[in-house]
Order: sequence, then structure tokens, then C-alpha cells
Amino acid sequence: MHLPAWRFGKPYESIERTTLVHFLTGAPVAEVSQVGGALVGRDLQKAARAREALVALDPEDVVERLQTAGNLYAHGTVTVGGVKQSPDDFVRSQSATTGLPESLCRANMQKNMFVLSNMDRMLDALSRGLPPEVLWKGWGREQRGVVVSYQVQSPVLGLVLPSNSPGVHTLWLPVLALGVGLVMKPGGQEPWTPYRMAAAMVEAGVPADCIGLYPGATDVGAAILAGCRRSMIFGSAKTVEQYRGNPGVQVHGPGFSKIVLGDDCVDDWERYIDVMVESVAANSGRGCINASAIWASRHTEAIAAALADRLGPVAVKPPDDPEAKLAAFTIPGAAKAIWGQIEAGLKAPGVRHATATHGDRLVEGERCGWLRPVVVHCDSPEPEIAKAEYMFPFVTVVRCPQQRMLEAIGPTLVGTAITNDPAFQAQLTDCTHIDRLNLGPIPTTKLDWLQPHEGNIIDFLYRSRALQVPAAAAAAVS
Amino acid sequence: MASSTPAAEKPPVFEVASDQAVAQARAALDTHVMEMMAWHFHESTGCPFWLDYAKKLPFDPLRDVKSFADLRKFPPFEDEWLRGGPVRRWVPKGMADKPMYVFETGGTTGIPKSRVNHRDFRTDYEMFSDTLPEEFFPRGANWLMLGPSGPRRLRLSIEHLAQHRGGICFCVDLDPRWVIKLIQKGWMEHLEAYKQHCIDQAITILEAGHDVKCMFTTPKLLESLALALEKRGTTIRKMGITGIFSGGTEFTPQWTRFAVEELLDGAYMTPTYGNTLMGLAASRPVVPADGYTIAYYAPQPRAVVEVVDFDAPDTVVPYGGTGRVRLTTLTHETFIPGFLERDEGEREHPYVKYPWDGVSGVRPFRVLAASTTVGVY
Repeated sequence: MHLPAWRFGKPYESIERTTLVHFLTGAPVAEVSQVGGALVGRDLQKAARAREALVALDPEDVVERLQTAGNLYAHGTVTVGGVKQSPDDFVRSQSATTGLPESLCRANMQKNMFVLSNMDRMLDALSRGLPPEVLWKGWGREQRGVVVSYQVQSPVLGLVLPSNSPGVHTLWLPVLALGVGLVMKPGGQEPWTPYRMAAAMVEAGVPADCIGLYPGATDVGAAILAGCRRSMIFGSAKTVEQYRGNPGVQVHGPGFSKIVLGDDCVDDWERYIDVMVESVAANSGRGCINASAIWASRHTEAIAAALADRLGPVAVKPPDDPEAKLAAFTIPGAAKAIWGQIEAGLKAPGVRHATATHGDRLVEGERCGWLRPVVVHCDSPEPEIAKAEYMFPFVTVVRCPQQRMLEAIGPTLVGTAITNDPAFQAQLTDCTHIDRLNLGPIPTTKLDWLQPHEGNIIDFLYRSRALQVPAAAAAAVS
Repeated sequence: MASSTPAAEKPPVFEVASDQAVAQARAALDTHVMEMMAWHFHESTGCPFWLDYAKKLPFDPLRDVKSFADLRKFPPFEDEWLRGGPVRRWVPKGMADKPMYVFETGGTTGIPKSRVNHRDFRTDYEMFSDTLPEEFFPRGANWLMLGPSGPRRLRLSIEHLAQHRGGICFCVDLDPRWVIKLIQKGWMEHLEAYKQHCIDQAITILEAGHDVKCMFTTPKLLESLALALEKRGTTIRKMGITGIFSGGTEFTPQWTRFAVEELLDGAYMTPTYGNTLMGLAASRPVVPADGYTIAYYAPQPRAVVEVVDFDAPDTVVPYGGTGRVRLTTLTHETFIPGFLERDEGEREHPYVKYPWDGVSGVRPFRVLAASTTVGVY
């Protein structure tokens, strides 16, 4: 199979190609065309056409077509790279090149389909009931009769996608329904979701010229960031720092998501152990929404031991085993290097490896490696490892007095706070370094798609601004 | 360790040089080597560095080197020798009274490598001039040099090329050392602004009615110029440019195809491979039938390029095989035997116009690539 670049609807076969191989066997799975940054830059000069193609349709039509696309993506056979691809083919390919167990690939498919199927409700929630025509035309009248204007900030959203977590794709799925085109650099090991999704969308009637797929090296990412006035990039803490303060770039980096147990609930910690396990280990712990730390003022040793008993025995299984829960690190040496970092962190005073009695954590294969779940107990927030996050089920259980917690937890993408104490709840609600707040025993990985994620996508793509028209003209607008 | 790829050769689609022409070129090279030994290792003409170095050798270059193959007797040339002074130690006594230039390469951090020059750069570019098709590089046409100048020899060389062909050269400077620093610092906005600054100056010249028809630029700047012109509703060709020569390791077949199909609008482009140490290697015509393969041929006998085994640099790989680029420079001004370049590529058959080995697919040497910033300007 060969995946060509997709230049706003036109397939483009590059002379340069990379071969994706099976992470276990090394057998070739697909060839992917590689384009250069200038080709992207050239196409982006015509990016306005992507929005024009979308807004030529009724907004409701676009939503319906996306819903159809969701169904096709999850259940249908679509043509990808000139080859008919069933959902099973897709799952096998995605697992083969990313190291993610097939069962997790299927779970991510369902998540993507859910978002597309519920697009109408999601848009209504994110736009707080704004008539979709307002985004299409740039202005209109709200239901309460007031003229409002939402000015689009870019005709396309640029996306520099990662290889390591197929879960992130839910973030860009609403974009076409907002009247904005997509320009994507697929992840080097995971082109599967963007390609299958694009194929399903086009088959469902979404205009082909509002989607671009540009596989390539880092210069493609740079060209996307330079040429799109709004972009999303997925990367490390360093990438996040590089683009901090750039209003055109939304960076999705490590989440440092956490569970915080209030003093009023911590004595009942055993009731919440399932929430903790799911938060740490769902989707092989790869997501930024997976909990990397659990903070409490007492019982932390017991919590760590209980988590270790639940997570420690999780073993590496073949990717097609329905019970497989751990993804492989497909970059040679990566698992070993991460384990080296963890071992170094474990040497600090006040740190104890709770999963130490459950056998070796590092499992090395011929071409890849795995890390079995790691639970670490920290006597205080001070050790370096208390703030660590890794892309496998890794969690620190940190002892910290409640009154110090919020100043010490640091940036937190999803914070699950298990407390009924109104005063602590009020402090948590006001805590600006927690992005998504779950008040109650809700797993950090359980996202309500009707709520914004890392900022409202509409606020990123549109600017609410003043626009005045004579009263008669305003009245004429529905 | 990296290992050389065994030959996986397809039949050549270009006109391969005859065995007789290859043998003649080889004989001429051997004669030239002896002439160079006589110059560089004679007390009256050689430079202090080589005369001193010869004293430590277990052989006598004047007596024991009679062919190109005999140059294998020299230990590998270490480019570190070119860093730091005194610069005069590289000036042959035979031209001690001539006006000399010094050109530098690299130099983002630390001491750059330097090479002295009297008129080698002129000779190299005069020879290169003979390879340019008149139709696209008409004599008397004016030139635009859009690329690195400063301590590099490129600006003077291009200017000389233009003058040699009866034209006048306009120059826009780009400082690659600053570009690399911008990238290392992550100052991408500054990088974009600096690039735009260069492109704006180039467009100003092209719009000023100077009848510029020929251009040297780097691939990255060519991309930027073409896109900036497209934004204005015009093209490189419509601005009057008919011939472009360009160089760099990012000259991949795909990049060339993209440039030909989408950037040049019919202007002719010839890729070159060169650096301060070697001079300038011309390419055989780049055509779709050859998969846009870019194969370079050194200006033999003044410079020789070989593709050698990664682990055994004295062994040339089979035709079509992959190996490291090894350079030998043999001019009266400079002698550099068996220098392992920071590039790798595939060994190419001799071409009818250049009856000696070439190299294609030139790219940064895989072992060094991770730590090198390339293709930045």
C-alpha cells in the first residue's frame, strides 16, 4: 500500500517515500510519500479555497456528512491509498506501526466515531447555542436578537500530528463543521487515522478540496506552522515552551493529569481505587489525560501498594490478544532509556518503587521494548520523580498536606478532585493551573465531549468582535 | 557501525562513457598527480605544511607517487589541520608573491576551516561555465547572486562567472552562520524575517529593469523566491530568469521534480555539488526518465570524487553501491588527498561528457547527520 500526499483533494505521489514496518517483525506495512515544506507552503497560498468549498454548503449538511463519515470510518470499507480498507484492516495496520494493542486501536475508533456522531450536540455546546450560520457568514443574529460577529482567524487549521497516541484525533474532528479546512502532517508512524478519516469524509460528501494531508519531515511541520494562521502541534514540554504566547499555535504537550484526594474523603480511598486504575492505565497510559500522579495527605503508602497490586501484574501480550493492555515503544532503545530515567529518579530520598516486587518492568524485544506499569511512592512533592510523566502506565502517589496541594501540583490538564469539602472545591475551581476539573470520582480519562478541551476550539478559530449594521439590515438577518 | 550497501544497480538511462575515454581520463589523471607531487613536494614550490609533513612520511611523494592510486599511501587527510593558523603555511612557495585570498567554511561555532586561493575559484568557475547551456545562460546576460557571501568564496566565484560570461552580477547576501544560530536558538520568527529580508532585496533587483537572466541561489531561497513571486501573481521565468544554478545536499530527486514542475515555470536549473575544498562538480542533465537522479562529476583532474566503503575508506564501492564521499583536490594552489566528506551517496557510472566516476543521491553522512544542521539557507 502506498499513501500519497493529498493536496486539497489531489493525490500526489512523491519520489521520496518512507516504508512503515511492523513493530515486531519488521515486515513492510505501507509506503508513505514524503513531501517538502515548500510544496506545503505553495498549497497554503490557496488555503482560502478550503473554507470557500465548505461554506458553499449548508452548515447542517456538513454536520450530517461528518456523521455519515463517522459511521463509515468505524464500520465501513473505504479506499485508502488505492486499497479497500475494512475496520479490521485499519486496526491491524495501526497496531502494526504504532505498537498499540489492537483492542486499544478499536477503542480509539469508537471514541472518534462518538465525536463525529454527536457533532451537532457538540457544536451546540461549544458555541453555546450560536446559530451555525454566524460562523459561516461571519456575523448574524443570536437567538436573543442581538447582532454578533465571529470572525474566522484562518481558512484552515494546521495540524502537526503525533505518532504515539491515536486518541488525539478527536480534537480536530469538529473543525470542518466550524467552516474551517484541515491541513495535516500525519504522525510518521500513525498516518492511519488522518488518512482513513479523510477518505471517509470525502466518501460521505465532504468537499475533497478542504482537506490536505502532507506527510514529510520536520520542514513540513515548520511550513504548516508558518503558513497557517491557526495551528495545533503535539509535542514535548520543550515544544510547549517554544510556542508559549503565540496566539496562532495551540500546543498540546504533556498533561500531568492528576487525582487529588481531599482530607474529607481520603480515609475512604479504597472506594476510589477503580477510578485511579482507570485514570492511570486506560489506553496504555499514553494520553495526556492519563493520571501521572495521585496526591493525598495520608494513606499514600497503602494507596501505592493497592495500585501496585492492581497494575503491577499487567504483562506484555501480543498486540492481537484482546487482553493486551500495554503498547510497545517502537523506537529502538526508547523503553530502555525511559527506564534508565526512572531508575535514576527512584534513587532520591523519600522515593519508593511500589511495583518492585512484581517483576522486571523493562521488557526488551528484538525490535522494540515495553514498560510494565510503575507505581512510585513519594513522601513529599519534592523528589523530581513526583512530577514525572511517561507514556505508559506510570504514576506517583505523593504525600502532601491538603493546604499545600494546590500550590505544589503544578500544571494539570485534567484534575480529578475527590472531595465534598465546599471550601476545597472552591479553591480547586479557582486554581488556574488546572485546566479540566472533575469534581468527584470521575476518571481523568473520561472526557465529556460537550465541554471544551484545552480551551474552546471556537475561541481559537474565531474571534468574537463588534460588527454593526443599520437596524433594518439586522432585522433582515435570521 | 554503518555498513556499505551492496550494489543494486539499474541499467543507466544516460550515455555512459566508453572504456577508451575512461582509460584516457585515468591516464591524464595519473600524469596530473605526478605533476602535482612535483609541485607540492619540491622544496622550491611546495607549501610549508606539506614540506614539513613529508619529512614524517615513510615514503617520498616525489619518488613513490606515480599515479592516482599511489595517493592511497598518504594517511587520511584530517580537516582539523585546516582550522587555525598560520594561514601562510598553506601557501605554496611557488606562488608566495601572488595576491592570496582565504575562504572559510562552517564556522558557526569555533574556528572555521580555511583554504587559501589565488585564482583556483576563477579556474573552477570558468570550467563550470563551459558546462552551462547557452540557451538558458546567454553570454552577456546579467546575474543575480542570492546566497551566502562573507567569508565564503561563493560570491566572488559567481561574480567572476558572470564577468567571465560577459555579464554583471548583482549580489544579495545571506549570512548562514547567523541562520544556523537562529535555528539553534529557536528564533523562528527572526529566521522567517531574515529570509524575507533577503527575498525582498532579490525581488527589488529583479523588478529594477537590470535585465537579469541568470541566477545563483540556494534551494531554500529558490523556494522562498518562487513562492513570494507566485503570491504577487508572477514567476521566476516571467521575471526574466532563464537559467539558475543551485547547490546543496537538499537537492533530492523529489525536490528537483517539485522545483521543475511547480517553481521554475520553464526556467532551466542545474544542480551543483561543491564546497570550498573541492571546487564545483557539475551534474549530468536531470531528467524525469532518470527518476530525477542528480549525479555529480568532479572537475577532474583538478578534483576527484570517489564513493568509498564506510568501514574501509580505501575501497571504492561497486557501481550503484552506497558509500561515503571521498575527495581529493589536486591544484597548484591546494593539495588535499583522500579527505572523507561529511556526505554519502551512490557511485555512478562515468558519463560521456565526464568520463570518470560520479556520485548521486548526495546526502549528509548518516553517522554525522544527527548532529549537523543542513539545508538551512
